[in-house]
Amino acid sequence: MAYLDHAATTPMLPAALDAYVAAARALGNPSSLHAAGRGARRLVEESRERIAAALGARPSEVIFTSGGTEADNLAVKGIFWARRDADSRLRRVVASAVEHHAVLDGVEWLGRHEGAEVTLQPVDELGRVDPEAFAELVRAHAGEIAVVSVQWANNEVGTVQPVAELVAIAAGAGIPFHTDAVQAVGQVAVDFGASGAAALTLTGHKVGGPVGVGALLLGRDVSCTPLLHGGGQERDVRSGTLDTPGVVAFATAVEAAVTSREEHVGRITALRDELVARVRAAIPDAILNGDPDQRLPGNAHFSFPGCEGDALLLLLDAQGIYCSTGSACSAGVAQPSHVLLAMGADDRRARSSLRFSLGHDSTKADVDALLAALPGAVERACRAGAWKTPR
Amino acid sequence: MRVLAAMSGGVDSAVAAARARDAGHDVTGVHLALARNPQTFRTGARGCCTLEDSRDARRAADVIGIPFYVWDMAEEFHDSVVDDFVNEYAAGRTPNPCLRCNEKIKFAAVLDRAVALGFDAVVTGHHARLGADGLLRRSVDLPKDQSYVLAVLTRSQLDRAVFPLGDSTKEQVRAEAAERGLAVADKPDSHDICFISDGDTRGFLESRLGSAPGDIVDGRTGEKLGTHNGAYGFTVGQRKGLDLRVPASDGRPRYVLSITPVNNTVTVGPREDLEVDVVTADRPIWHASSGVADCEVQLRAHGEVVGASVTVTGDALVATLKAPARGVAAGQAIVAYQPDPGGDIVLGSATITAGSRSLPAASHV
Ligand SMILES: Cc1ncc(COP(=O)(O)O)c(C=O)c1O
Repeated sequence: MAYLDHAATTPMLPAALDAYVAAARALGNPSSLHAAGRGARRLVEESRERIAAALGARPSEVIFTSGGTEADNLAVKGIFWARRDADSRLRRVVASAVEHHAVLDGVEWLGRHEGAEVTLQPVDELGRVDPEAFAELVRAHAGEIAVVSVQWANNEVGTVQPVAELVAIAAGAGIPFHTDAVQAVGQVAVDFGASGAAALTLTGHKVGGPVGVGALLLGRDVSCTPLLHGGGQERDVRSGTLDTPGVVAFATAVEAAVTSREEHVGRITALRDELVARVRAAIPDAILNGDPDQRLPGNAHFSFPGCEGDALLLLLDAQGIYCSTGSACSAGVAQPSHVLLAMGADDRRARSSLRFSLGHDSTKADVDALLAALPGAVERACRAGAWKTPR
Repeated sequence: MRVLAAMSGGVDSAVAAARARDAGHDVTGVHLALARNPQTFRTGARGCCTLEDSRDARRAADVIGIPFYVWDMAEEFHDSVVDDFVNEYAAGRTPNPCLRCNEKIKFAAVLDRAVALGFDAVVTGHHARLGADGLLRRSVDLPKDQSYVLAVLTRSQLDRAVFPLGDSTKEQVRAEAAERGLAVADKPDSHDICFISDGDTRGFLESRLGSAPGDIVDGRTGEKLGTHNGAYGFTVGQRKGLDLRVPASDGRPRYVLSITPVNNTVTVGPREDLEVDVVTADRPIWHASSGVADCEVQLRAHGEVVGASVTVTGDALVATLKAPARGVAAGQAIVAYQPDPGGDIVLGSATITAGSRSLPAASHV
């Protein structure tokens, strides 16, 4: 088996798993006032401090959530609501066209149900938002923009955005900037304080922690209307009893991912470059998508002209090679990726794509296994590509 | 063999996939997404292409322990089945979309893709027998038999088809599904045309073809008896919904005898005028070695069978019936069977173009 889908989810680090199990054996609701509660609270608060330290945030800026999706929704909707309620002219939401659906669908929902004006900022053929064009947009609409959301790095094609430049432009106009850094943490240097962003999303299961726990780093002075109402456990912005073992394991994983980042990146970049070179040698018409330089070290994303990504995935799956077409399902049916379409690919090219993503336990053997199976699969899938011709 | 199991989300295809796996095949499950606008999946319409059906199919595949994918066949389905359905009605014929789906989608577009991807055959949950002798036969469960909608398959299509359910009754299939822990064991059957979720065929056709008022005339006198909103809304043999202004002189019900698109006319008459004893058909698929057969024919899905002598020559099939049949509609299939204790054998099929009387009916003047 070769698992080349770490961008979807990556195995838990042994230390995170141990921390999870140990904390799960302990009793206590971190909101309780007795000794058991204090024990749980201590674990949660230590975790908050560890995450804050790892990512350049203050502990009070760490809002634990149920994962990346909730954190994205909280940031986009919560900041929009708070800003619009403070000033009714602030009803524009800006997001890049290549955001994850956790941002994009939330933005579109605001457009449909909350009267938001939605601007989807285009990207170039490498998937990057152009800072010049963004600056122009901000100049034209400064008095109306409630919130901007641009991801730190793209989950499909791996392109890393010029976040520092974009944040500076937004900050110059007093506009809060949210960035989805789910894929970035552990792969590129992420410092929340230095970035100047108002809010930043991360999630446990992409960094070696558990699924179902994540965080929104939310600047102390950024107002954000809650999505979930209840006990107000997280700074009154997020309610719900905290998942102590999940939080502890999450913090363990974030800390490990950030501490070992440089070493990890060196190793993974070399492995990824080998994968890309060997795929190109074996399949000369394969096209590498995304930015060749400003990209996540674990990401390799190709179009295989004449093939259907779906067919390739089926053939590779049957040989124990796990990867992804990157496309989301709409009602169970694979749609061509909105990311590739936004980068100017046509429907066919978008549907011919496959993402291979490496992680902390990837080895050369995984790349070998892929290269043993891929050329045959591509040849077969290209032949099957003719299946749509009318009879 | 490496086989692809088409899984609709119903009980039959789930058990078929499980049996193929038990038989030692390497099985991959595929659900065909057929609705063009994915939103329509969410409305939960009954039929074969809702999101719920896709989930049911995936859950069944997980229980059986086979890989599962969704294949988007919406464009092919639309072009080959839905548009064909509309065009056939517009041309005054009565199509059978399930048959067309087998002919053009399941055992064509899907089969081609499967073969190209290295599969040897397609498995479905149809109730029909296809044994080692390669002969297509009726299911043991006669009320559930689906050989009629499979008879359109050619030899090469049948050679790559596997029907694991033909020796079982529907009851047995349901019981087996329950034993296997498949949650679809008691899921109700879908009866309707899957792309017309509310079951209103006439409304669906009207939305596609618009209203086209025309005359309803008496087949014997030529007298105008009423008007209609579109000749396509009628099927030969139909009695209900004629809404005639002029009552029949004999007071007996009238039936649709024919539909003539060129002058947008629906012709009606008494029941005996529906009777035909010669059926002509085109595009024959013929499996028997001789082009002449003394056999039984079935003229519509779930219709009764009649004895006939059938002659196939080139592009045409002519059946002379031993007893008159009624409600013979152009566009439907005529399927020839050779009675057999091991399940009646499909000799071949063709698309009906016309029915006629070899002798004028006695009551004709
Ligand atoms: C960029 C990005 N944002 C958000 C998410 C959603 O995170 P989660 O799975 O924790 O809800 C993902 C992962 O699927 C992602 O890749």
